[in-house]
Amino acid sequence: MPSKDSSTRLDVRKTYKLYVGGAFPRSESGRTYLVHDSRGRFVANASQASRKDARDAVVAARKAFGGWSARTAYNRGQVLYRIAEVMEGRHDQFSAEVAAAEGLSVAKARPLVDAAIDRWVWYAGWADKLAQVVGSSNPVAGPYFDFSVPEATGVVALLAPQDSSLLGLTSVLAPAIVSGNTAVVVSSFARPVPAITLGEVMATSDVPGGVVNILTGSASEIGPWLASHQDVNAIDLCGIESADEARELEAAAAENLKRVRRPVAEDWFASPGLSRLTQYLETKTVWHPIGL
Amino acid sequence: MSRFEYAPAPESRAIADIKSSYGLFVNGAFVEATAGKSFKTVSPASEEVLAEVAEAGPADIDKAVRAARKAFDKVWGPMAGRDRAKYLFRIARLIQERSRELAVLESLDNGKPIRESRDVDLPLVAAHFFYYAGWADKLEYAGAGQNPRPIGVAGQVIPWNFPLLMLAWKIAPALAAGNTVVLKPAETTPLTALAFAEICQQADLPPGVVNIVTGAGRTGQALVEHEGVDKVAFTGSTAVGRAIAKSVAGTQKKVTLELGGKAANIVFEDAPIDQTVEGIVNGIFFNQGHVCCAGSRLLVQESVYDEVLARLKRRMGTLRVGDPLDKNTDVGAINSPQQLAKIRELSQVGEDEGAERWSPECELPQQGYWFPPTVFTGVSQAHRIAREEIFGPVLSVLTFRTPQEAVEKANNTPFGLSAGVWTDKGSRILWMANQLRAGVVWANTFNRFDPASPFGGYKESGYGREGGRHGLEAYLAQ
Repeated sequence: MPSKDSSTRLDVRKTYKLYVGGAFPRSESGRTYLVHDSRGRFVANASQASRKDARDAVVAARKAFGGWSARTAYNRGQVLYRIAEVMEGRHDQFSAEVAAAEGLSVAKARPLVDAAIDRWVWYAGWADKLAQVVGSSNPVAGPYFDFSVPEATGVVALLAPQDSSLLGLTSVLAPAIVSGNTAVVVSSFARPVPAITLGEVMATSDVPGGVVNILTGSASEIGPWLASHQDVNAIDLCGIESADEARELEAAAAENLKRVRRPVAEDWFASPGLSRLTQYLETKTVWHPIGL
Repeated sequence: MSRFEYAPAPESRAIADIKSSYGLFVNGAFVEATAGKSFKTVSPASEEVLAEVAEAGPADIDKAVRAARKAFDKVWGPMAGRDRAKYLFRIARLIQERSRELAVLESLDNGKPIRESRDVDLPLVAAHFFYYAGWADKLEYAGAGQNPRPIGVAGQVIPWNFPLLMLAWKIAPALAAGNTVVLKPAETTPLTALAFAEICQQADLPPGVVNIVTGAGRTGQALVEHEGVDKVAFTGSTAVGRAIAKSVAGTQKKVTLELGGKAANIVFEDAPIDQTVEGIVNGIFFNQGHVCCAGSRLLVQESVYDEVLARLKRRMGTLRVGDPLDKNTDVGAINSPQQLAKIRELSQVGEDEGAERWSPECELPQQGYWFPPTVFTGVSQAHRIAREEIFGPVLSVLTFRTPQEAVEKANNTPFGLSAGVWTDKGSRILWMANQLRAGVVWANTFNRFDPASPFGGYKESGYGREGGRHGLEAYLAQ
């Protein structure tokens, strides 16, 4: 077919992939699913992650845990701030993607992207303050010095909210990783594109590979494999909309006594508070005698 | 025969007034169980029946939870923090006044040496109530959000190893935060909890704020699953903790769990050996090893293995096993025949799997449930005695060469409650403390507890912390 107009450029379309261990693989299952915008127009064939992809992501997250949790809090704060910087540079792209995904005008989507970027900045500042706020030196009755420090719990599975494709995703992800946990995230099923772009931001923001792993696909399908996975330490059921499913996942998580965050109605614009930060922390108390 | 002969020095049991039967403590009064069922609690040291105790069924649990709800809505929840504080201070004082009686009662019912119940359990019990009494009027400073409020009715299930201490760990922070409680003590050790109910009466605590329901596993299950319970707090085995976590799935109930452990006690070649041997003994033989954070896996650096083992065996030879009420007793009775059977079974497995078993020569009493202090050498990480919680006076010894190897072996467990490190090198202590995946790390000491100090586990040792500000947070809604 002859070109209608030589000044019209044919755009380069993107193949949407998963983000696992710092790389962008397709689903090992070879599956993809159709993503439409809010008006029903074709947007992409997104990779549909399988249970094998989820397990690969857990392996990558476990491998990254030692290094990420051992970094200084100062450094983790810098990396989170860098995420905000890189997102800022892609503000227009995120606004367009959030608008398409959530059925908003770009003007209405912009404040959502602003809030998501600001949230990374907010959590970045917590990295080196958390231990001072929730840790303690304990006045025990005896000749001992004893202090309590917060420590990351390990690999956290996050079933991201289905409605809020970027702000909600950021609000569950940032508090999990800022303290040194590594994460396996299942994005919104119907609105995965901002999550895929966030994966590209992660890959270019000094976040070590494996710290954040983003799977596009169905939380209902992948969730049970993450909830029952023996090498996952905590799970956020935010993206599970059926109460029955949430109950089943919580019961499966009990097998290795995962810390579970139950789904509740959330206002993503509200100030987050500390509860998501402390949800994925352990408290370690160290004792030593005092004497000459 | 032990190295030193001592004349018996028994504590008089006359001070402990044990009734022949006890009802349930519901809404401020002792009441009969609806179904009229009861069970016996025995002294594990003599198998003597101490008392008949009511067994609470679902109808009794329902009454207790309703009483707690009413007290929460009408009295305890709305009460000013400063007044709740005063009640808790009163309770703390009453415990101190009656501590000798409570210590005797605890040793009789549980089998633990009077030396420990008198010098460790009871002072800590009183201290917990004092500590949390001071929080009751300061909740806005506890760091649990800007508007801290109680959760509601707490259903609490506690184990038999530290009956009154675990009661204090559960009840003191719950009441300080403004919750009301229904507590189920273990079926083998209900007596001090029932004495505590009398203390609540003496303190004029409003009816329904504290309810004590006695019974076994089914009673506990009915409590945990009751719809009127807003918060579940459990200390006990990982298996039961797992079942509780499953049963509260899909509900609004908040949960904290303090479960099992298989702590590594790690000895480096530069450790002060005498103190270390005392710490090893304290780590595993304190309270007959009935301690979730017991140092049951000893990891010794190869270069000092022979010396540590020789001195440990010599020290074990001086441990006196016997009458819990004798003030010279170091190791008391095993709490129940079931627990004794479990310890025997796992010890047999240890031998069958090729580990070498050793106990000092010691004469065990004819009556009661007893197990000698025991050490297994030649243990590998794959052995069941190195992986499963024995919950008895049984120590497994492994070796290591480098600090990295010690960390790997220490962390090679599904549990993560506690760990011990023995070395003279400060930088190594802090490095080890960082690497160990456990909620409590004791360096150059072991089995220390304090109400101001958070305690609790990583991984399958449960979630939540007890003690300190963290322990209070577990009873506050954000």
